[in-house]
Amino acid sequence: MGSRLKIALLLAPALVVIGVLFAGGLVAALVQSLGYFPAIGMTQVNLAAYREILTDGDFLNSLLLTVYVAGASTGISTVLAVLAALTLRRSSGRLSAVVFQLPITVPHLVAAVGISLVVSQTGLGARLAAGLGLIGEPKDFPALLYDRYSIGIILTYVWKETPFVALVVLASLRGVAADLEDVARTLGAGAWQRFWYVVFPVISPGIVAASLIVFAFTFGAFEVPYLLGKTYPTILPVTAYNEYRDIDLSARPIAMAINILIAALTAVFAAAYLRFARDLGRG
Amino acid sequence: MIVAALVALPFVPLVLWTFAGEWRFPDLLPAEWSLRGIRYLLDPGNGVLGATLISLLVGVSVALASVAVGLPAGMALGGYEWRFKGIVIFFILLPILVPPLASTMGIHLTFIRLGLTDTVLGVFLVHLVPTVPYTAIIMTSIFVERTGELEEVARTLGAGPWQTFLHVTLPAAAPGVAVAGLFAFLISWGQYILTLLIGGGNVVSLPMLLFSAASGNDPVITSALALAFAVPAILALVIALRYLKPLETDRGRGFLGLGKVS
Repeated sequence: MGSRLKIALLLAPALVVIGVLFAGGLVAALVQSLGYFPAIGMTQVNLAAYREILTDGDFLNSLLLTVYVAGASTGISTVLAVLAALTLRRSSGRLSAVVFQLPITVPHLVAAVGISLVVSQTGLGARLAAGLGLIGEPKDFPALLYDRYSIGIILTYVWKETPFVALVVLASLRGVAADLEDVARTLGAGAWQRFWYVVFPVISPGIVAASLIVFAFTFGAFEVPYLLGKTYPTILPVTAYNEYRDIDLSARPIAMAINILIAALTAVFAAAYLRFARDLGRG
Repeated sequence: MIVAALVALPFVPLVLWTFAGEWRFPDLLPAEWSLRGIRYLLDPGNGVLGATLISLLVGVSVALASVAVGLPAGMALGGYEWRFKGIVIFFILLPILVPPLASTMGIHLTFIRLGLTDTVLGVFLVHLVPTVPYTAIIMTSIFVERTGELEEVARTLGAGPWQTFLHVTLPAAAPGVAVAGLFAFLISWGQYILTLLIGGGNVVSLPMLLFSAASGNDPVITSALALAFAVPAILALVIALRYLKPLETDRGRGFLGLGKVS
């Protein structure tokens, strides 16, 4: 059997699954976003749905909220992860493996429920504040769920994603960085100099790659904002889902157009990530 | 220590609420304890056991199927050099970052026409979208490290291609297969929105119950369900740390989205 044929046969099942169920779904979403919906008598192909969402304030608010939630979650997770990795790099690998793996494997819904019971106005945090005499009643505690600043959502993402970024950073810290740092120390570099000129350049590609993944993921994720977010504005995937479930079937092209925009943006992040990962592999 | 405490923090109210009888504000601990949450989980009338079985059934089938699909893909991507490999990798990895919710909404209408909505089969199919990229990439990392020398020896000794695969390649890839299967299971287990969209409320898996409880107002039931929902993740972690140690090389950890379960 020729090796090209063999490779094609080996790849076929995966390509069929992704090609039909994923790419096929996206193509169907694209077609429907263009207003082609024969099932409900819409056969005119046009860009009305895109025109509508791009000129609509609601969509813009959703987009801004989504970028804000994804950006804040990614930023906070990344900073905390780098700090945690720098602190923990000398400790045993086994403990940090257990501690870090737990949030990674626990489903988002569990994390969201747990965090909400910590930060809600009758949650552990509020009870602690009351115990310390800081607040009298539950309503004195700041509203961190269904709130303007999406604090509950961001906290859940930070809890879930920080360990993931930290593991990537730890991996690169335990590799080349440690050796190079010893060399720098021997040559008389101070702690800050060692971090800024030696450690940081080595770990920064890993940091960028991991935060790209976190940003793209939190940009397109549904469950946590659906559970802990307020009703308006909603983040983009939730907006798409609400439009999709609208009784008025003519809202469907709008839902699909939002899906296509989400897919296009996250695909750009994916391409950027793969570029980085490839360069990392070479370096 | 601080890190461990922060990681454990969300589980504190979950455990306390699960066993809480009466717990008024602003008490730091419940005034009374109760097994109401546990009884709720075990009472067949509440459908928790049925939902757990559905989640297990879908999760195990998804794990088996996505390993069966990901293993050959990993052989092709990790074991051989060929043109356009970068593009194919990009394509296969895409559902990790492009949310499968977008494609699933698009394919929903087709699934309705094919009678796949409201069925376990339909839910199984859409769960493959987020799992196959992971199994493929985990298997790729396994085959990148294998040089194929053992296979050559087997072939020289007269083994056929199937014999070689069964007796040489597969045993060598076994730890990778286990990790990939575990990952696929956990991803499927954690799915909420894909199941809701395609299952249409008729395929009731555990997250369906958890979500409706979380939208309600009974923290005891919600916490009990959340803990039950977290059990496989914790078990998987224990198993992985115990038996799959050799695979946890620093280099492989967390790379290419490995180690990221949604």
